[in-house]
Amino acid sequence: MKFAVIVFPGSNCDRDMYHAAKDALGAEAELVWYQDAALEGYDAILIPGGFSYGDYLRCGAIASTSDIVTSLRREAEKGTPILGVCNGFQILLESGLLPGALIRNKNLKFICHFEELIVNNNETLFTTDYEKDEVIAIPVAHGEGNYYCDDATLNDLIEHNQIVFTYKNNPNGSVADIAGIVNKQGNVLGMMPHPERAAEKLLGSDDGLKMFTSMLKNWRDQYATNA
Amino acid sequence: MQQTREVSPEMIETEQHYREMGLTDEEYQSIKQILGRRPNFTETGIFSVMWSEHCSYKTSKPLLKKFPTEGPQVIQGPGEGAGIVDIGDNQGIAFKIESHNHPSAVEPYQGAATGVGGIIRDIFSMGARPIASLNSLRFGSLTNPRVKYLFDEVVHGISGYGNCVGVPTVGGEVQFDDSYEGNPLVNAMAVGLIDKKDIQQGVAKGLGNTVLYVGSKTGRDGIHGATFASEDLTEDSESRRSNVQVGDPFMEKLLIEACLEAIHCDALVGMQDMGAAGLTSSASEMASKAGMGMEMNLDLIPQREQNMSAYEMMLSESQERMLLVVEKGREQEIVDIFKKYSLEAVNVGHVTDDKQFRLLHKGEVVCDIPVDSLAEDAPVYYKPSKVPVYYEEFQQMAPYVPVVDDHSAMLKQLLQQPTIASKEYVYDQYDSMVQANTVVSPGSDAAVVRIRDYDKAIAMTTDCNSRYLYLDPFIGGKIAVSEAARNIYASGAKPLAITDGLNFGNPDKPENFWQMEQAVDGMSAACLALDTPVISGNVSLYNESNNQAIFPTPIVGMVGLIRSTKYITTQHMKQAGDVILVIGETKPEFGGSELQNILEGKYFGQSPEVDLAVERKRGDALLEAIEQGLVQSAHDISEGGFSVALSETLFNQATLGATVDLEDEATSLLFSETQSRYVISVKPEAVDRVTALIPDAKVVGTVTDDKKLVIKVSGETVIEEPVQTLEDLWKGAIPCLLKSKA
Repeated sequence: MKFAVIVFPGSNCDRDMYHAAKDALGAEAELVWYQDAALEGYDAILIPGGFSYGDYLRCGAIASTSDIVTSLRREAEKGTPILGVCNGFQILLESGLLPGALIRNKNLKFICHFEELIVNNNETLFTTDYEKDEVIAIPVAHGEGNYYCDDATLNDLIEHNQIVFTYKNNPNGSVADIAGIVNKQGNVLGMMPHPERAAEKLLGSDDGLKMFTSMLKNWRDQYATNA
Repeated sequence: MQQTREVSPEMIETEQHYREMGLTDEEYQSIKQILGRRPNFTETGIFSVMWSEHCSYKTSKPLLKKFPTEGPQVIQGPGEGAGIVDIGDNQGIAFKIESHNHPSAVEPYQGAATGVGGIIRDIFSMGARPIASLNSLRFGSLTNPRVKYLFDEVVHGISGYGNCVGVPTVGGEVQFDDSYEGNPLVNAMAVGLIDKKDIQQGVAKGLGNTVLYVGSKTGRDGIHGATFASEDLTEDSESRRSNVQVGDPFMEKLLIEACLEAIHCDALVGMQDMGAAGLTSSASEMASKAGMGMEMNLDLIPQREQNMSAYEMMLSESQERMLLVVEKGREQEIVDIFKKYSLEAVNVGHVTDDKQFRLLHKGEVVCDIPVDSLAEDAPVYYKPSKVPVYYEEFQQMAPYVPVVDDHSAMLKQLLQQPTIASKEYVYDQYDSMVQANTVVSPGSDAAVVRIRDYDKAIAMTTDCNSRYLYLDPFIGGKIAVSEAARNIYASGAKPLAITDGLNFGNPDKPENFWQMEQAVDGMSAACLALDTPVISGNVSLYNESNNQAIFPTPIVGMVGLIRSTKYITTQHMKQAGDVILVIGETKPEFGGSELQNILEGKYFGQSPEVDLAVERKRGDALLEAIEQGLVQSAHDISEGGFSVALSETLFNQATLGATVDLEDEATSLLFSETQSRYVISVKPEAVDRVTALIPDAKVVGTVTDDKKLVIKVSGETVIEEPVQTLEDLWKGAIPCLLKSKA
């Protein structure tokens, strides 16, 4: 399985994502500079955290207008698994690939620490290795991670089981304690917490690794079915 | 933004305009002698920043020479952007600390942010990838509204910049004392990892080679920042807001990636960041170090504002700029690398062999100075020194003996002292985990970052208890280095080297200079004893407000090597049933203690003693025990004494408590700040081996599973508290102070 990690100017979790896929999971991974707009030929696409374009204007807003996002949309339609973490989540929202928006944390400060998440949906391409309602420890590190959407969108998310992760103790004020959501097709997941930072016990938790193992297993299954 | 009014060379002399730029009459005369003529306005400005204390160390140089700087572990000592120590496997760790005190006093957000940016540039200009940053902060009392504002904005600035550039802020320290009320200290330390073969130097070698300007455009911000940093803060300092630079962490992130790509191109000859005194210092230092000269055409400098004069361009401290020297004819290779990151790399000049620093602007030579006179011929002052009256009085005093009736209440009060209280409010705002290498994040003795692909890690800390330095700068200097070493040892690392961030008052006052001398002597002695040479550093003088100097604050940034990740040790108790030991005797030492602060509201008497041989012996023995796998947790005993240290080992975990039995005088046992002590926990079966290895270790109690702290002295229970109660007070203290209106 081959992962692409998109690198925007200002991405800063790109290498972490790369190491999680390559070293912790043991898959193939490549860093793809945003100007090299080709995303074909990868089995999954990771959009890392950081401050693309300095988060100037709005988090993820400038990155969402780059050419590689056109290519990203094509891959999303094709069903390629796409995981956006933190700034990656912000870019997915700004691109319209996921509904809603992220606003400043309720305490108006950047926060960085481990949080407990509840796996609300373990039937996505990214979460099958978790138990339903499993509590996992994954770090957050964001200033604008407060997920917001209107009631209609929220009901839609609930109805289609699109809320994948919720916070046990909501640190940022997000609607319905949302930490991560998936699109209706189930192949585009955005989340604020950083699973790539929780891929090794040495760093405090390897609870995030199951996201990567889930992706690998589901890819294998699909590959086996198609082959 | 306003423009600088320029005056003629004659008027500079007759109306003594050089004084406004910070030059003395004697300095002006020697400049005239060097040039054989009167300097023009631009040249006067260039001399004034290069000869400022900030750039030339003209006052501190005689002292800095005393520091031990050598050892087999040292790859690069003082003199370059950062020092480098060897960590084996052909890898080095580059690190340095730098102050941004004065900018932070007037514009705390940008002052702190650009402090972080500047020190990170020092690291990657060596060719090292920045892997961690730390800081050391000092403020006045948190009950003062202005101090609350400074504190919040400094932290916000560090967070805003550090998080964006993607370098984890893994540790630091924050202390509060009235002496910092009008003059906070903001010292930032950065740490980088480098393959030895990639080490760069800031040299302009090779006649005819091209000088490339890279990064942000030059604006009028920060003009004369180095001179500003070299004078006292006064009521007028507020008007210096325009001297403070504005940071762009996004630009810095692009620069990091581009520069670290450029070092692998052998067309690159030398690289240096434009820090204090901007273009002036980077260009002249690079030329001087190489024994060459440099000529630049200022018309080619990328400019953010219109009609900038030569003076303004040369003295601007606009951030996120680098100067590169590149082999002639191969400029395009470097330009292309920067282009990938949408960065300009502009040919602005070339290396000459006449050792002159020559600048052209609008067809005229606006500066023609022997380059060595800027970087090397700065005056050196041997300031008079005098023992302060207060010190002699303190030495005459009988030892301070505090009286504490309710030990439980005192422990609670100590845990709420801002200097001791949890700094979670601060470090929660820092991204401490980006790069996914942080094993021990803020909140233990030292921060630990593993070295990817190797079974090893590095430990880092910043330390300085300035109260001891105030009482006795010689002993206090020894303690600052020793305490840093204790934190490094306790985390399972061998101390390697230090960077020093010397913060003092106005050196023209003989009492202040005496403090500097004594502190440096004390630190040097400790560096020798602990085998931790000084490999880089920074001097910040004139830290005064309203004529009152800060406590002498030579901050020690220390780095150590953890030889295997399995030796990584934290301060927190691990398991019920483990045995608690204290390493080191406790004496009744309360001068400069947090207890004295609470009871008396001031510091007086004698500082605690420290025996450097004992310090080394205990540290080495503890490390040996850790490397033999015998130690579950280790924590040094510092402010607030044993009871505070023990409490801290129980915080941030769910179930554990401790029961301890001590014999002797309760107040000393619980609160004395005797040095060279640790509290450790070991498995019961390891006790004999540990006490054999560490003869100064004595069993005092056990780890329990009832989440209670129980301390008995001579059979009588003096403290019995739920850990949660103590932890809540400790954690809530700073947020509570910030919220209170008083």
